[in-house]
Amino acid sequence: MGDPVRDFDPQLAEMRFGYGLSPSVAPPVDASAMLDGLRGPDEMAARYPIEPFDTFRLRMVEVAKAADLRRKNRGTETAKEARKTRNLLNRTAREDMFRWAGHTFLRRVWTPSGFRERLVAFWADHFTAHGKRGVVRRATQSYIEEAIRPHVAGTFDDMLQAAVLHPLMLDYLDQLRSMGPNSIRAQRKGPAKAAGLNENLAREVLELHTLGVDGPYSQEDVTQLAELFTGLAFQPQNGFKFRKDFVEPGAETVLGKTYADATNIQPIREVLSDLAAHPATARHIAWKLAVHFIADDPPADLIDGIEAAYLDTGGDLSALYAALLDHPAAWAPDLQNVKPPVDFMSSALRALALPDDAVTVLNEKDMRRVFAEPLVQMGQEWERPTGPDGWPEEDPAWITPQGLAARVAWAMRAPEYLLGTLPDPRVFVDHALGGQATEPVRFAAAAAESKSEAIGLVLMSPAFQRR
Amino acid sequence: MSSTLSRRDFLMRSGFVGCSLAASPLLTPVTFAATPWDTRLVVIILRGGMDGLDVVQPYGDPALAGLRGKLSGGPAGGAVDLDGFYALHPTLAPLMPMWEAGQLGFVHAVSTPYRDKRSHFDGQDLLEAGTESLAGVRDGWLNRMLQVVPGVTAQTAYAIGRSDMRLMQGAAEVANWSPDADLNLSPQAVQLMELITESDPAMHAALTEAQLLSSMESDMSEGRSGSHVKVAEFAAQRLSEEARIAAFSLNGWDTHRNQENTLPRALERLAETLTTLRGKMRGNTWKKTAVVALTEFGRTARQNGTGGTDHGTGGLMVLAGGAVRGGRVHGDWPGLGDGALYQDRDLMPTRDVRAHVAWIMAGLTGLDRATLEGAIFPGVDLGDDPRLLL
Repeated sequence: MGDPVRDFDPQLAEMRFGYGLSPSVAPPVDASAMLDGLRGPDEMAARYPIEPFDTFRLRMVEVAKAADLRRKNRGTETAKEARKTRNLLNRTAREDMFRWAGHTFLRRVWTPSGFRERLVAFWADHFTAHGKRGVVRRATQSYIEEAIRPHVAGTFDDMLQAAVLHPLMLDYLDQLRSMGPNSIRAQRKGPAKAAGLNENLAREVLELHTLGVDGPYSQEDVTQLAELFTGLAFQPQNGFKFRKDFVEPGAETVLGKTYADATNIQPIREVLSDLAAHPATARHIAWKLAVHFIADDPPADLIDGIEAAYLDTGGDLSALYAALLDHPAAWAPDLQNVKPPVDFMSSALRALALPDDAVTVLNEKDMRRVFAEPLVQMGQEWERPTGPDGWPEEDPAWITPQGLAARVAWAMRAPEYLLGTLPDPRVFVDHALGGQATEPVRFAAAAAESKSEAIGLVLMSPAFQRR
Repeated sequence: MSSTLSRRDFLMRSGFVGCSLAASPLLTPVTFAATPWDTRLVVIILRGGMDGLDVVQPYGDPALAGLRGKLSGGPAGGAVDLDGFYALHPTLAPLMPMWEAGQLGFVHAVSTPYRDKRSHFDGQDLLEAGTESLAGVRDGWLNRMLQVVPGVTAQTAYAIGRSDMRLMQGAAEVANWSPDADLNLSPQAVQLMELITESDPAMHAALTEAQLLSSMESDMSEGRSGSHVKVAEFAAQRLSEEARIAAFSLNGWDTHRNQENTLPRALERLAETLTTLRGKMRGNTWKKTAVVALTEFGRTARQNGTGGTDHGTGGLMVLAGGAVRGGRVHGDWPGLGDGALYQDRDLMPTRDVRAHVAWIMAGLTGLDRATLEGAIFPGVDLGDDPRLLL
């Protein structure tokens, strides 16, 4: 094991574990400072607020009220007004979603703890969720703010509980409609009308969130867990809700352990804690952190080290990060992983020290043009990975001709659009690349026909695209 | 772009080559040597697990009605009768002329060797790897085919769209493109880009290809049509020229809930994709084409509690094109009655989907059995020729 103080490199700390270099914000001084930055007051959340889901859900209540009013007063002025109200609520939520996207970028631009923001994004991807229909589709950032962000330096168990039991996850993975086939509710409705079991959430908890797809579980474990999960529900008026009448009667057995036949949330909390404590989960999470932060094919002893920290501490995430930062691979000067498009954009904006008002002044249409549409072109639609497994980690997924063409287009146009006045490209090389600047890049920055092309070239250099 | 684009035009329009041909070893394999075969293969990956029992409904099986509630009602439920046993989902009715012309067919009750965990991601990876297990496999079966057939160039095979096509990954060169991408650079910027990416071969190769492909686009539909239509148009255009193989994805098949409304949306995209391919191919290209659409697994035989179906096993393969023996549903039907289902839950697969694909490959390119069973789909038993091609 290398001595973290000796191996530590402040520029690599920013590039590999944060959102890149900033000309205005100083990098962390050592690995302890990086870990301290995860626990201190959350200044970025305070400066660039995002509405927590518990507030967001009131928008759902208002939309439901308007819909109800409309239904009960068909053909009247009241219905027309209700329709207008609903449309306004939907539009406001959509505009707010873009505002929060802007705040997410600004947090990454101005944070002194880039590692904290990266971890929020990492875990938000691990626990990918988004709302399915109506206004809740705008609530992804609110979910992250509530279920992920407060837990990044806590225990894996706490984050697992917060994410899996969150209304947005229950919606995303079809848990809200899953009903025990022999539940009170199913019996009352009769077999023809009763809903039944939906095993989507149960499967993904085992496969993606905890044990991993190679983990020691079977179809029967999935079914049993799905039966155990019946009862998990959500009401916009009250938030999370346990529905006793949906619960499948009888005890369930998951991974050989039998959970009490109780009509409350206790056995569910218990099974999640057991899954969090499972050695397969420790291995899965260790591997995922190593791949995300170091390389597609990380050193085996790095994974072992993080796994050991997980098992020793019962999943204390700070201990996992300490093990990660303690390994020599963390400070190897060769840049490896390709930044996914959102991170590429975030780090470009940080290198440009994008001022707050360059973002806050943008309306929805501008935000679509500058961020949302280019991200689709680059292959990473904002908040919309194609499945609950989140975005790919493998570099080849991002180094595609079509994806890079879109990066070039954005790198050469967006900075000028956002800033108006661009920095001197010859100085910008150092802002963006620090010690990783090469002679060809310096040459290109000086030789380009225009400032915007020069800035774009620096942003497209391999040393900026990788970390 | 005209079909007479010369190598010289090509090089002139591709800035990367124009400004530093000697320094671009990555570009030297670009030639227009004719491939030794003239047929076309299009592979569509239907991601999410298509419910074969709802797409081609075995309404003649007496057990179907008991397993499904409102779904898969056969002709009585609006589906189009195909042969007295199977009926086609009503959303695919626009494909009936293709069926009647013998250019649309299906193979029922097929699957990969993937069993029991029913994960989309592993299921898709295995479908695209074409192997028995994922251990140690990094390339895909379509790429392995390109590795063994002679005369393959950088323009022979296209992976199209924005999603990762694992079945095309590997040692053989494959073009990757999305028809909505564009790379417009000044000649000076092209030269400088070349300079700064020289140290990173992967990035350099991808940017070179972007430069090349963005200079080749033409006569694409403007605006309106969905991205799947643009992908199909681009495929048809390339296949009408020197390309022989195209692969892309169609998403949206994971119908856990409210399948009555969600499945038609995916099927509509499939129908539009197939009609676009047929409509936009030039000359007699369509006559020489086999389209195969594959999914990672089928779905549960029983409808679930939320108007949908969950991940299953046996599924459906879709065939189209002038080269296929369509107008019929191929495959051995395992039945849906008591004891016939896999794990009392899913349609029982009666044949490895890889065997069907291998026979199609053999018919299109003349590859022999040993190569197909050994190099391309290691471990597969080809069995008898299912005669899927004319």
